[in-house]
Amino acid sequence: MAIECKHVWAHISGYLDGNLAPDVLQEVQKHLEHCEICSAILDSTRNILVLTADDRVFELPLGYSERLHARLEKEIEGMEAPPPADD
Amino acid sequence: MAATTSPRDEAQMIASIIAGDSRLFHELIRPYERRVYVMALSFLRNEADAEDAAQDSFLKAFRNLASFRGEAKFGTWLISITLNEARSRIRRRDTIKMESLDEPPDDQGHTSPALLRDWKEIPSEALERKEISLLLQQAVTALPPIYREVFLLRDVEGLSVNEAAEAIGISIASVKVRLHRARMMLQKSLAPQLKRVAPKRRWFPWP
Repeated sequence: MAIECKHVWAHISGYLDGNLAPDVLQEVQKHLEHCEICSAILDSTRNILVLTADDRVFELPLGYSERLHARLEKEIEGMEAPPPADD
Repeated sequence: MAATTSPRDEAQMIASIIAGDSRLFHELIRPYERRVYVMALSFLRNEADAEDAAQDSFLKAFRNLASFRGEAKFGTWLISITLNEARSRIRRRDTIKMESLDEPPDDQGHTSPALLRDWKEIPSEALERKEISLLLQQAVTALPPIYREVFLLRDVEGLSVNEAAEAIGISIASVKVRLHRARMMLQKSLAPQLKRVAPKRRWFPWP
């Protein structure tokens, strides 16, 4: 039995992560082959994930790492070793 | 039997740090610098605050290193410290805001004029990228927190579903559900906007 578009949308996330059960995967794939709308939705979702994973979207401020290590160095110096856990 | 190309042995590094080799802490945290900052930024929405929160999170991790039991990975433990730090800063900030209601707002919004002026100088491809970056950043930041944190950990920082569950302290099933909703919300809000700025690609919103 062919599955509906709505059913496919519910699985798009799982499809992109590759964690659909084999039988579901097969049905989704079969649907995507002939459904222009669902495959376009899948493509744009995938595009958005690729774009948001780009390091340039959330850029680190210039000098962030240097300032971080300088502060750590300063504060840790005064502490020597991490204090023991208080059990 | 020493492996020459062994991956980072974080448990060993942590043991050495606790034993007194504090300098190793700098090495230990290097792979996580970016992740901690991005998580803090997504909550605090302000670069300076996020940097502050990131520094404090790393310091807290150092101070509490001895209580890190190694049941979780160091990286996910660090993220849970960061999430706590960011949340408590937001609570503090909200309290201060309530106390200073009479003061005029000094919020300049998301785009600064300097940034816009700069855009004219750069090639159109970079301009497109900059505009896209901003759209994406705003859309992710606008997600409700429970969806935002899952999305950032999994899709931006590349943690596994299990690691994200561990870092946030929720079940794997909840991560999957929230992730699906987060992606759906983003897709819905971004597809029409991206179609406008990058018409060559296929942007099709969820119906």
